[in-house]
Amino acid sequence: MDARSQILDSIRKSLKRGPLGEAAAAGPAGRIASHAPGLIPARTTTLDAKGLGDLFVRMAEEVQATVTRVAAPADVPGAVAEYLTSHNLPADLTMAPDPTLDVYPWDDRPLLRIRRGRAQDLDQVSVTGAFAAIAETGTLMLISGNDRPTTLNLMPDTHIVVLRADQVVGPYETAWQRLRAEQAGNAQPGNTMPRTVNFITGPSRTGDIEQRIQLGAHGPRRLHIVLVEGPDAKTA
Amino acid sequence: MQPTSHAFKANVRDALDDNTLQRALGNMKTGFIGKRAAAVARLPEFEALRDQGRAIKNHTLENLDFYLETFERNVTNAGGHVHWARTAEEARQLILGICRTVDAKTVTKGKSMISEEIALNDFLEAEGLVPVETDLGEYIIQLRHEAPSHIIAPAIHLLKGQVEEVFRATHTDLPADRPLGEVHELTDEARSVLRKQFLQADVGITGANFLIAETGSTVIVTNEGNGDLTQTLPKIHIVLASLEKVVPTLEDATGILRLLARSATGQEFSTYTTFSTGPRRPGDPDGPGEFHVVLLDNGRTAMLGTEFQDMLRCIRCSACLNHCPVYQSVGGHAYGWVYPGPMGSVLTPSLIGVKEAGNLPNASTFCGKCESVCPMRIPLPKMMRHWREREYEQGLSPAPFRAGLKLWAFFAKRPKLYRFGAGLAARLLGRLSGGTGRFTKLPLAGGWTGGRDLPAPEGKSFMQQWQARRREAA
Repeated sequence: MDARSQILDSIRKSLKRGPLGEAAAAGPAGRIASHAPGLIPARTTTLDAKGLGDLFVRMAEEVQATVTRVAAPADVPGAVAEYLTSHNLPADLTMAPDPTLDVYPWDDRPLLRIRRGRAQDLDQVSVTGAFAAIAETGTLMLISGNDRPTTLNLMPDTHIVVLRADQVVGPYETAWQRLRAEQAGNAQPGNTMPRTVNFITGPSRTGDIEQRIQLGAHGPRRLHIVLVEGPDAKTA
Repeated sequence: MQPTSHAFKANVRDALDDNTLQRALGNMKTGFIGKRAAAVARLPEFEALRDQGRAIKNHTLENLDFYLETFERNVTNAGGHVHWARTAEEARQLILGICRTVDAKTVTKGKSMISEEIALNDFLEAEGLVPVETDLGEYIIQLRHEAPSHIIAPAIHLLKGQVEEVFRATHTDLPADRPLGEVHELTDEARSVLRKQFLQADVGITGANFLIAETGSTVIVTNEGNGDLTQTLPKIHIVLASLEKVVPTLEDATGILRLLARSATGQEFSTYTTFSTGPRRPGDPDGPGEFHVVLLDNGRTAMLGTEFQDMLRCIRCSACLNHCPVYQSVGGHAYGWVYPGPMGSVLTPSLIGVKEAGNLPNASTFCGKCESVCPMRIPLPKMMRHWREREYEQGLSPAPFRAGLKLWAFFAKRPKLYRFGAGLAARLLGRLSGGTGRFTKLPLAGGWTGGRDLPAPEGKSFMQQWQARRREAA
């Protein structure tokens, strides 16, 4: 008997039953079809959009991410340039080819030298968007795609994420809901998930030597978030 | 690795005499334990989430065949491949076969306890490949040719000077006079050395914290980002996972993720939690071209339906190790195989047999701390008792222990005789102590008095006091 059949057989033997019949399989199949959220902590459930933005910033800063809040999309290139200057970082950026980043007027800052594409080994600074941000724990959610290379989230020393206030949600479950809705529209059949979903909470770290936390183990040493406060955040 | 669990007692003596180890273990209380307590206190729903986590895993285990088949179907739909392995040897051969398809030389690895369980590195090396551990702790112990001493902090038994020593001995192409005395210098050096390995690797192997049946995704949780570089840069991503890692949906994994980091390191959420589904998509600028999942049984399906089924809920957070007074005293290597601490004391006999590992379920004070911090509410002490029973039933316990137990059982079944005997013994021992209140030596109790005094019985027995109180109350 092949390994697969024997393992499945062994499971059924241990559980003292045969393969699940149609009726018995209805329970697990229904669980998958409904993918109902479980218990969601109250930490975020009573907050309005402004409260979620504030909580997200607080939680992200707690894990050594840095955040600049800007009032309008036009302010984004300036905020990025200032961050680089203040940290003595080069003005060479590798930016995701993501069209949602095109709304920011990068040409206003001609000193920023921008390459669009995936990360290369010696890239110092990357700029990406995000799919969502989870206020509950200060977590960014990034998804891979043709114009969203995963390497930008991992390889450079400094990762700058441009986030819109309307992308900030309370719990992870809301972000899953948004992802499912988006994927239902454009995914190829069978591909309900992007290849990679990265939940990123602060810069890379390790405590593997004497339990002392060091930032920048393998991923970015610095994670900077530029949060663009939209009308949503003001009126909610 | 060759288990030394049978030599637990000798291992323990070595560990207690090892001053370096004792200093390294001293960091644990301020680290994991305090941080976990703070993180748990911040989340009022933590206890309810534990109940939910237990329910999710119990449901999944009851329908494990269904969820594994669903997982397999969805991996395939996403363009990946699932391989089933009954034994460690089958898993090793499957992985080697995949590596051979691209004539792989360098294989980078994210941290995986299953990889330790099947001793994958030794095997790949013997086959001419170069496996490179990329988690900082795993990298350090790989260089030192050691096993991990902790399931999430593999090098917790070491001090930084020992890391410096092995880096200087290994990274001989770097200037000999470079400063390497500080933790950040060691971390930076490992970063730059391993970055080169990431870039030249042909295959990346990671473990999985979860497998999602609904989407065919695999999930890894790390703080360093090494697992992500491992799986993103090479041509092939192989996920090596034991089959009980499956959960039904993204939402189910999310609920358990709320428990994992808090229980492990006391973080609200780990730095990187990554869901991977299939290979890179047409037009993607990066990501692996192939995606393989090797599902390992290695004795787990035989645990289903037994008194050890609950152990299959384990999410490898390490809270039980961190809080265990035995682990805190002796570290992980004394346990003699891959999984140390209370979870290891239950799991190891299941995987390598109670004959080899019978000492482990006996290495417990039954203080119950492990169960009280286990996010999945696994009744670890109860299962250690089950192993003791099996050990006894199979005649593996030492003869004096068995004789003692029989003697005790004779009296325990005769309460009047027991009380009379106990009272007599108490009075006798009290008198023998000569008023000092303690014994520094006692025949047949050398195991106890070798390390500490035995208090001498004083006054009346519990039963005598109890009866006296009842009389007073009446």
